Amino acid sequence: MAQAQTLATVMPPVTEHRSGSTSMPAWVVATLAIENMHCGGCMHAIERALIGVAGVQAARANLSAKRVAVTYDPGRVGPARLIDALDGAGFRAADMASAPAVQEADRDRDLLKRLAVAGFAAANIMLLSVSVWAGHGSDMDPSLAALFHWLSAVIALPAVGYSGMPFFKSAAAAVRGRRLNMDVPISLAITLATVMSLFQTLRGTDQVYFDAAVMLLFFLLIGRFLDSRLRTRAASVVQNLLSLKAGSATVLRNDGTSERLPAHALRPGWRFLVSAGERIAADGLVRTGTSDVDNSLITGESLPKLAGPGASVFSGTLNLSGPIEVEATATGDATLLAEIARLVQAAEQGRGRYVRLADRAARLYAPAVHILGLATFTGWMLSGAGWEAALTAAIAVLIITCPCALALAVPAVQVAAASRLFAKGIIVKAPDGLERLAETDAVVFDKTGTLTLGRPRLINGADIDDADLERAASLALSSQHPYSRAVVAAARLRHLRPRALDQVVETAGGGLSRETEAGPERLGSAAFTGMTDAGAATLWYRGAGSVAAAFRFEDKLRSDAAAVVAALTAAGYRVELLSGDREQAVAVAAAQAGIASWRSQHKPDAKIGRLLELAAQGRRTLMVGDGLNDAPALAQAHASLSTATAADISQTAADAIFQGEPLAAVIEILAVARRSRRLALQNFALAVAYNVMFVPLAMSGRVTPLIAALAMSTSSIAVTANAVRLKSARLGLRPLSRRSSSTRAPA
Amino acid sequence: MTVLAWLIPCALALGGLGLAGFLWSLRSGQFEDLDGAGWRALDDTQPPHQD
Repeated sequence: MAQAQTLATVMPPVTEHRSGSTSMPAWVVATLAIENMHCGGCMHAIERALIGVAGVQAARANLSAKRVAVTYDPGRVGPARLIDALDGAGFRAADMASAPAVQEADRDRDLLKRLAVAGFAAANIMLLSVSVWAGHGSDMDPSLAALFHWLSAVIALPAVGYSGMPFFKSAAAAVRGRRLNMDVPISLAITLATVMSLFQTLRGTDQVYFDAAVMLLFFLLIGRFLDSRLRTRAASVVQNLLSLKAGSATVLRNDGTSERLPAHALRPGWRFLVSAGERIAADGLVRTGTSDVDNSLITGESLPKLAGPGASVFSGTLNLSGPIEVEATATGDATLLAEIARLVQAAEQGRGRYVRLADRAARLYAPAVHILGLATFTGWMLSGAGWEAALTAAIAVLIITCPCALALAVPAVQVAAASRLFAKGIIVKAPDGLERLAETDAVVFDKTGTLTLGRPRLINGADIDDADLERAASLALSSQHPYSRAVVAAARLRHLRPRALDQVVETAGGGLSRETEAGPERLGSAAFTGMTDAGAATLWYRGAGSVAAAFRFEDKLRSDAAAVVAALTAAGYRVELLSGDREQAVAVAAAQAGIASWRSQHKPDAKIGRLLELAAQGRRTLMVGDGLNDAPALAQAHASLSTATAADISQTAADAIFQGEPLAAVIEILAVARRSRRLALQNFALAVAYNVMFVPLAMSGRVTPLIAALAMSTSSIAVTANAVRLKSARLGLRPLSRRSSSTRAPA
Repeated sequence: MTVLAWLIPCALALGGLGLAGFLWSLRSGQFEDLDGAGWRALDDTQPPHQD
């Protein structure tokens, strides 16, 4: 139903379809993904805009999911008209019907229901159990204890059957596949405890452990649910992204005919027409036509970019002003949009190094659990203890050895860290990003857009004549670099009309160039344009015929840059500034920010060279950068952080991105990363210590299944609570320990 | 001990009520948008609706 070609054209209400019909409309609910819904005000505006459309009965926005559910009469209005109405209100929306369906939300709800039932059963059975224990020491009638056991059985049996189903299913699947997973011992312990307790209840004895079985289920389900919710969020973000890709494209044949085909049928090399208001169906190069393209989905840049012949356009971006003909270079799963979707999913579902370690430990652990349980049972049988005592001890061992604490130790810390950082506008993209960030001992900043705000202003406009400025701006139009944008802005301010040019080549770290009939035309650094640097200009324009014009810019430092640099230096980090900019500008910025060690005129390869040098000195470097220039450097550094407005490659190359003006995000992410590492190690230690302490006790028969379940739960809760401390902890950047600097490899 | 004949069903019924309440709130979508719900409380205009 994603009729992207009608996005911005007004689609008349299709009333004729329903003429003569007086029956109640058959309401249909459509879900739309909204790209830019951020606050309660947005929610309100979105609902208002939709409700104003004739044929819409109700609209309910969901801020967490960034979606809105619209109930409408399909006879009077369609999703395209709804998207159009939202567009008019300033919101970019897409129909979710074109996105792959995801069942995660259902799985979450299912787990939550089972968790609630297990919680109810655990609370009531504990009530009865505590009475029976208390009764042991006093005057409780044995028949009353038996009645309580029966009541427990009545509550426990359905609860275990219902709440335990996810574990039983998973265990059954593993056994069928001749594998072992952690659900096998869990299922075994729960089933054995329940069946034995039922048997003992029938016989009227005291060895009844329904409480243990249900408590165990309750705590296990809490962990399962938290894990599942994390994955659902990842899937939901990806689903929103993918819904924004175009559903179909108008393919142009070589014989001049055109055909409307679904977007997935497109192949690289094919040409297709994108009309104004349509989303572009594949990554490609513009062949003919010029139009403004809204790239915000890909780059986060809210201003539209002019795309003329030769310019790259990306799948999922919106063609705003005029028809363009595009030759596809990447389609379907090969597009940048699909790549970003995969990265987002991989980052949120991804497993860090510590998590992988915990997983491996758990896998080795499963057979050990069974062997220990079996050994306990046979040991007690051989010593002539009777099968009940032997089985009870074996169940206790199975429960105690459940590696929940071990499995929770690291993910719990990661979830707490991610949610704390997310609230401050920092998104960790690489699965092991935090771990690598924690290891860094040097921070290298880029200047433009990182240390500074990246919004340079042309300050010597009066020295440049209109013709030069217009020609320079025409070249600059095809670049996203902050300086290019400043040149274009200055030209527009003087009511000049820069035109998009074809065949403009952008050299990273150099500038823009283009061949004309009269010779080459260049806009870029002094070296790039072949000028001798007089020390004052940042950019030079050198036209085919005209004399060179110098451009000077002023770019303000981020307000807290100096404070952040001071804090990093005080904590023992080596701070450097690497910039592609000319010496004088870098010197001024370095002085203002208080960075003693700076290097100017470093092109991308020179930046990589410096990073390698630092690495050879045993430094683990965090590169903080922005823009096209820094993508290779970000990838080279031990860990990387990028501003959220950076160009797309930079965003995907960085381990983490931060939004907003304060540079303090650097301090926050380093502090959180280091605290996370400490908490993860503490949790590992806790989990291991617990097992070392309790397993021998359980094997020697000194632990009943209930105590085992409580001990197991306590260890899980201790580990989780330890992780949750991270969320509200006041973190400052502590000095780097001596140890980490002395273990550095010699240069 | 006849009081138990009252107390135990009472405990179960109250617990069951809580469980039923939770399952109902889950089904009616009250946990769907935890961020948005906070904003909605501050929004003093009528919920938009059109027939």
